[in-house]
Amino acid sequence: MATQIRAEHVLHRRRLSRNIGLGVVLILFVGLIYGLTIAKVGTDPLDELGIPGTEANQ
Amino acid sequence: MTDTSVFETEKEAGFGDYFALLKPRVMSLVVFTALVGLIVAPVPVHPMVALAAILFIALGGGASGALNMWWDADIDRLMRRTQKRPIPAGKVAEGEAFSIGIALSFLAVLMLFLAGGLVAAALLAFTIFFYVVIYTMWLKRSTPQNIVIGGAAGAFPPMIGWAVATGGVSVESVLMFALTFAWTPPHFWALALFVKNDYANAHVPMLTVTHGRDATRKHILGYTLALAVVALALGLTSIGGPIYMGVALVLNALFIKGAIDIWRRDDAACEADTHLVERKFFKLSLAYLFLHFGALLVEATLAPYGYGGW
Repeated sequence: MATQIRAEHVLHRRRLSRNIGLGVVLILFVGLIYGLTIAKVGTDPLDELGIPGTEANQ
Repeated sequence: MTDTSVFETEKEAGFGDYFALLKPRVMSLVVFTALVGLIVAPVPVHPMVALAAILFIALGGGASGALNMWWDADIDRLMRRTQKRPIPAGKVAEGEAFSIGIALSFLAVLMLFLAGGLVAAALLAFTIFFYVVIYTMWLKRSTPQNIVIGGAAGAFPPMIGWAVATGGVSVESVLMFALTFAWTPPHFWALALFVKNDYANAHVPMLTVTHGRDATRKHILGYTLALAVVALALGLTSIGGPIYMGVALVLNALFIKGAIDIWRRDDAACEADTHLVERKFFKLSLAYLFLHFGALLVEATLAPYGYGGW
């Protein structure tokens, strides 16, 4: 009868730490870029994006 | 457990090993001084832009650390202090460190360009180039003034922070650069006087070895006097003020006194008190840089309430 190997090796833990770490970094990076975009667009002094109803387009 | 599995287990890098490639301790100084440079600048920066800029400056510094570890892997294997770094420890392959360093360098410079503008990005790119090519590859192994050259790379962050806010370079930002630049040699050479290191085994020319300990003591005093001029000059600029000037006067008086005490000593005196004066000077040097930049931060923080600045 075939036996299944279920024991967690230290190697698996290190790989998991790498995967989780990279995942967290990527999520934070996406959040940072999103926040940066909002900040840059929100503070556009000339409102060159031409959003209707704003001062520059009235 | 077979020999192969032991081997593989030891070679498998965790997330922390990759993070260690970025030299997190050096990064903390980069983050602090860059943040001060950004905050004391006369142009306000959106907090989100400031956060992104500081993170990308730190990432650029970290990337240059990874490239430094890639190039120096051969000598890191020879010195006890550096043998546990990810590459000599066998956790991260040299090529991998190189790839990470290059990729993060480009990412950091590009993102800083988007967040903080062209001048800040160009300064970060130059810092990485300077640290990796000029210092690590060229001068570190060929001149005992390597500490001075390496210090220049570590001195750029406040200038970059200032450039993020203002889009340029000014006398204030150049003096903030000069403060860290002139501080680095006395800081490291004091350490070199009382810590037995094995740079000689790795054929890295350190001043204490190439020119002797007396010459190192003279160099410490010379740079400490130059440092005091820079520190006080910074206090006379638009980002200085009475609080900064008070802090600078006290710290520089103490620092010069410490440097003179070191200059007057010989090896016998050092051995007699197990380098007490050098150790005190080194501890003071840590507080010195932190308090100078901290005082600039206090001036900038109090300015809106009518207290900070001249």
